[in-house]
Amino acid sequence: MNGQRGVQSDVYDSRERLCSRVGSFAVMDCALVTLATGRRALNLRELAEHLRVVDLDSIYYHFWGTLLRPGFDHPEFNNDFAAWARHALHDYVLAERLAVVDPAEYEDLEDLRRDLLDIIEERLDEREFVPWARSGQQFNFLTAVLVVFDTHVRLDDPAALPSAVAEMSLGSIFYHFIDARRRDPKGLDDFRAWLCGADGRYRDLCSALAALDPYFSTLSQTRRRLAALLADHLGKAGL
Amino acid sequence: MSLSIEDYARVARPEAVERLRQLARPLTGARVVHVNSTREGGGVAEILAKLVPFMNELGMHASWEVLVGERAFYDCTKRFHNGLQGHVVELPPALLRAYEQTNRDNLDRLDTTLREADFVFIHDPQPAPLLRLCGERRGRWFWRCHIDVSRPHRPVWKYLRPHVADYDASIFSLADFAQPLPHPQFIVPPSIDPLTDKNRELQDEEIRAVRARFGIDPDRPLVAQISRFDRFKDPVGVIRAWRLARRFLPDVQLVLAGGGASDDPEGAQVLADVQEAAAAEADCHVLLLPADAHRTINALQRTAAVVLQKSLREGFGLTVAEAMWKGRPVIGGNTGGIRLQIVNHHTGFLVDTPEGAALRLRYLMDREDLRHEMGEKARRFVRDHFLITRHLAEYLAMMVALRRGMSSRVSLS
Repeated sequence: MNGQRGVQSDVYDSRERLCSRVGSFAVMDCALVTLATGRRALNLRELAEHLRVVDLDSIYYHFWGTLLRPGFDHPEFNNDFAAWARHALHDYVLAERLAVVDPAEYEDLEDLRRDLLDIIEERLDEREFVPWARSGQQFNFLTAVLVVFDTHVRLDDPAALPSAVAEMSLGSIFYHFIDARRRDPKGLDDFRAWLCGADGRYRDLCSALAALDPYFSTLSQTRRRLAALLADHLGKAGL
Repeated sequence: MSLSIEDYARVARPEAVERLRQLARPLTGARVVHVNSTREGGGVAEILAKLVPFMNELGMHASWEVLVGERAFYDCTKRFHNGLQGHVVELPPALLRAYEQTNRDNLDRLDTTLREADFVFIHDPQPAPLLRLCGERRGRWFWRCHIDVSRPHRPVWKYLRPHVADYDASIFSLADFAQPLPHPQFIVPPSIDPLTDKNRELQDEEIRAVRARFGIDPDRPLVAQISRFDRFKDPVGVIRAWRLARRFLPDVQLVLAGGGASDDPEGAQVLADVQEAAAAEADCHVLLLPADAHRTINALQRTAAVVLQKSLREGFGLTVAEAMWKGRPVIGGNTGGIRLQIVNHHTGFLVDTPEGAALRLRYLMDREDLRHEMGEKARRFVRDHFLITRHLAEYLAMMVALRRGMSSRVSLS
C-alpha cells in the first residue's frame, strides 16, 4: 500500500488501460497479506513514539486493513488504536476520542498521523500516569502487501453495475471503493472515476457515491449499500 | 473420496475458488516443497494433507516431505516446543547433537528436492536447520512457525534463532508471536478444512453410535474438550472446571478426548495424569483416540452442547474453529490464537481460570437459546475467516509477493 495517494505506477498503468478500453470497467480483485513491522508498544507513550515514525502504510492498515482481516460483523471500534486503548489500556476516554477519527476525511495520511498524535499527547498530558497494557496485550504495528489481480470481468455499460457490484468479491469492493481513493490524485473511487467521465450524465449518482462513507461498515455491508444505491440510480435490472 | 477444489465453492464463499485460480496463475509450474516432522496427528499435518493437493490442482508441483528421526530427536524437539511456549527446559548437548544429526541425515535424502524447489516451506523448529545445511538453493524459503513463541524461554530461542534468521521470510499465526528477525514476517492464521471427515456433516445415526460406543448417556447433556493430551491444553483444569459446574449441573457429562502426535513423547504422561484426576468420576470420559479417528472427533464435537479449549498457551487452537464450524459455542483459554477465534460474548467466552470456565459453562448450559445464537454466529465467523480457502489464498499471495520483490503493492495484471 502507498503512503501517499497516487504514486504507484503499476496501478496507474492498469487505470490507463481501463480508460483506454472505450469506457469499459475492468473488475479487479485483491488479497491482503499482513506483515509484522517489528514495532510494538506496551504503553501509551511507546505508542506515540512508534506512531511518530512508523511507515504510513502501517497507519493505513490499522484503519482500513481491519476490513479485510478476521473481524466481527459488529465491531465495537473501527480502528485498531481505539480498540487497543479500550481493551488493553482500559482508557475509555482515549478510546472514544480515537474511535471518532474518520480516515476518509484525510487526503494525506501525514495529517491523520498528526491528529492521532495530538489526541494521544493530549491524553498523556491529562493523565497522572502513563497507561500500560498487560504483558501479552501490546500493540503490534502491522502493515500489508496488497496483491492485485484481474478478474477478467469487463463492464461496458454502467447499467450493468448494480448487479455486478452485488456479485463482486469483498476484495473487489475494497480495491475499487476504498483502495482506489489512495491511488487517484483526486481521491475518487473507481466507480466515480468511471462514471464521472461520461459527460456529466451521472453527476447525481457520483454525488451519492461520494456521500457513502465506507468506514463504519463492513465490506459486505458496503457492498449491499453500494448495490442498492447504484440500483436506485441505474435501475434494478439483474439485482 | 477425493475432493476437488471446486467442491469448496459450496461451503466457502462462492467467489473463493475463482480467486484462488487467479492468484495461482503466476505460480503455474512452480515447484513447492513442504517439510515437517509428522505425517499424522496435530493441526500441521491436517493442514498439509489438504494444502499440498490443492497447490497441485492449481498448477504447481507441490510435495510434502516428513523428517525421519529417532527418539532423541523427538525428545529434543519436544523440549524446543515447550521452551518456545515459555516453559523452562534443559537442552542437553547430546540431544542437540541428535537434532542436528537428524537434520543432516534427512538432507541426504531431500537434498535434490530442496535445492531445485522454487518455494520451500519449513514447518516449525524440527526441520529448521535444513536451510543452512542446503548449500546451493535456488528457491525462496519460508519458516512457518505454528507455535506461540511470544515469550520463549530465552536459551531455546537463542539456540534456534541462527537456524531461522537466514530464511527469506517467516510466517507466524499471530502478530504477538513475531520475533525480531532480519526478514519479512507474515502473519497468517491457520484454518480448518470443512469437507474432511473431521468437519463434514454427519448423520444422526452415526453420532448416536459414537455416543453408545463410549458409554455416553444420550439423555443427559455433554460438554467436551477435544485436544491432544498436552499440559498446555490444561485437561486437568477442565476437569476442575467441570467439577465446579457440576455442583449446580449434576447431570452434565464431560468428555476429554484426544490422540497423541507421533512427535510428542510427553503425551503418555499427561494422559496418565488426566486418567488419575478423572478416576473417581463416572461421568468423566477420558478417551485416547487413534490419529485417524476423525469421524469420531466430529461426532463428539457435534454431540456436545458446549465445547471447551481451556489452553494455557496455544499456537492457534484449531479445535476451536472446528467446534465453531459445527455451530457450537466455545469456552476457550484467553491465550494465543484462541483470542482471534472467540469473539468474547459473541461466539463463545474467553476465560483465564477453571473458575471462569465453570461460570461460563453454567451460564451456557442454562441458556439454550443463547447457545444456538452464539453457535450460529460462530459458524458464520469460521466460514468467513478460518476455512482453508482463505489460508491457501494468503499463501499464494505471499509467494507471489516474495517472488516479485516484496513491495507494498503487487499487481498481477
